[in-house]
Amino acid sequence: MSRVIALHLAVLAGLLALGFLLPAYHHTNTARIMVLAVYAMGYNIAFGYTGLLSLGHAMFFGAGMYATGLLIQMGGWPAGPALAMGPLAGAALAFGAGLLALRTAGVSFMIVMLMFAQTGYLVILYFTRWTRGEEGFVLRQSLRRIGEFDLSAESTRYFAALLLFSVALLAQLWLVRSRVGRVMIAMRENEERSRMLGYDPFRTKLLALTVSGAYSGAAGAAYGVMFGYVGASFAAIPFSILPLLWVLTGGAGTTLGPLLGAALMFYLVDIASGYTTAHQLVVGAALLLLVLFAPRGILGTLRERGVKWLP
Amino acid sequence: MSFDPYLLLALMEGTRTAAVLALTAVGLSLVFGVMRVVNVAHGEFFMLGAVLAWIVSTAVPGPAWLAFAAALVVAPLVVAGVAALADTLVLKRLGYEPEGTIVATIGLMYILQQSALSLYGPDARPVVAPFSWQLEFPWFGYSGYNFVVVIAAVLVLALVWLFMNRTRAGLVMRATQIDRDTAQAFGINVDRVYALVFALGAGLAALAAVLIVPIQQAHYLMGHDPLLLSFTVVIIGGLGSIRGTLVAALLIGLSDGIISFYWSPLLAKIIATLFVALVLVFRPQGLFGARA
Repeated sequence: MSRVIALHLAVLAGLLALGFLLPAYHHTNTARIMVLAVYAMGYNIAFGYTGLLSLGHAMFFGAGMYATGLLIQMGGWPAGPALAMGPLAGAALAFGAGLLALRTAGVSFMIVMLMFAQTGYLVILYFTRWTRGEEGFVLRQSLRRIGEFDLSAESTRYFAALLLFSVALLAQLWLVRSRVGRVMIAMRENEERSRMLGYDPFRTKLLALTVSGAYSGAAGAAYGVMFGYVGASFAAIPFSILPLLWVLTGGAGTTLGPLLGAALMFYLVDIASGYTTAHQLVVGAALLLLVLFAPRGILGTLRERGVKWLP
Repeated sequence: MSFDPYLLLALMEGTRTAAVLALTAVGLSLVFGVMRVVNVAHGEFFMLGAVLAWIVSTAVPGPAWLAFAAALVVAPLVVAGVAALADTLVLKRLGYEPEGTIVATIGLMYILQQSALSLYGPDARPVVAPFSWQLEFPWFGYSGYNFVVVIAAVLVLALVWLFMNRTRAGLVMRATQIDRDTAQAFGINVDRVYALVFALGAGLAALAAVLIVPIQQAHYLMGHDPLLLSFTVVIIGGLGSIRGTLVAALLIGLSDGIISFYWSPLLAKIIATLFVALVLVFRPQGLFGARA
């Protein structure tokens, strides 16, 4: 067993142990962080590995959240099948958006994704009759069950989040070490040269974006069901910026960076809110400092400074 | 067909929107054109201009026009200073690399917004117009200040055009836009040009905000809409083309006024936002620009 796999299993075992040890407050936070880390991993696949800087990922998170939430609330679906529709909705939207947006690159791609996401946000507001707009809606506890498992219960929720996170983490590890993953990285490093070598940039990027959308959709669906609330703020622009921040903090293009970044920023904002109401300042300053002094993030810097095997 | 007085009102409101939008968007367009930097914090420079206008106009004693005139001078200058500082401290150190600057300006956006919230507070506050002159139409009264906004915006835009096309500094800026390296080889201080352009762009946004603040109140979240609208205008006009930006501002301002008068403003926004994305996908040079 290689040390890469050992490291990932150790992280998962650590999270499993934390599930039994943590006090209630941090227990809930960690469950939240694991779900958000899945979203960050999705962002990482597009941005960190394939080099697609998007400011529109909240629409994929929102697509998963609303697909699942509305199916449960309005369609009367049980939580299990409804949850499965989350990643599908995210992937389908990402595929559609990618077909158009990937005709552009760089700055234009970023703006197109931003505009698409803004459209999605406005559409949610437009259909306030069903979505309840900015206010959102609460999923009743009795609807948040899969069979005998109550996803609103503390410990069930934690281990469900861990299960989702584990699958997502191992799938991401497999993806980036696979042939396709290496072509994705080649697109990030030098698109022209990869094209010359016979790889199709459009298809590779579309695939990466679709997988990214599936991750985001799954995270959105799980977040809605586990924490019982579906709202438009999860599809708004600031929620597209957060995964960028998390991935940059932990290290873009590293498998464990999204988890590390999401956890660090979650607690940084949490601690800062204890002292000051100006927690946005933390986000802004973190972005500036990262981009100026540590553009590769924590794990990226570690990898550069000797721990070369870090995936 | 009978004459609809409300169409006249929508047209006048639309013209004012277009004028303010043109000023704001030209700043964004200038920064993108010369520096190739997408300034996500542009809306916050607009907001900062409005907030400073309130601070200056309440601090200056005397008649309303004097306080307003002071704000008109001080606010854009201060905002330009903040922008020049941000350029030297942050953007220059990033080497104007596109992705890095986007992340950095997002950070700047959060910092400026939070500073405004912490220092100025969450309230929307009005600035008194420099004069009150009500124009009486047969159907409705209309504040004459609106016309002043339009005239002032046109004047400033004309000055910007003269500056870019008839002065040495403008020539240097255009030279840097066309070929940065060659400009540097000819002894142009590119760093200083960039700082100046970034300051000028931010100053124009602030100026637009000071002009509009007697009509719309100053609020720490007011930068959001001007940012998205400016993006819209700059893209439809063709990234980096100033003439295109002006035409697009007129188009968007007028149609926004008319559409949201007759239909749901939300639906108008959805269509406009989607339209912009599709323009960028299928006509990246914009609807009017042949050359970027």
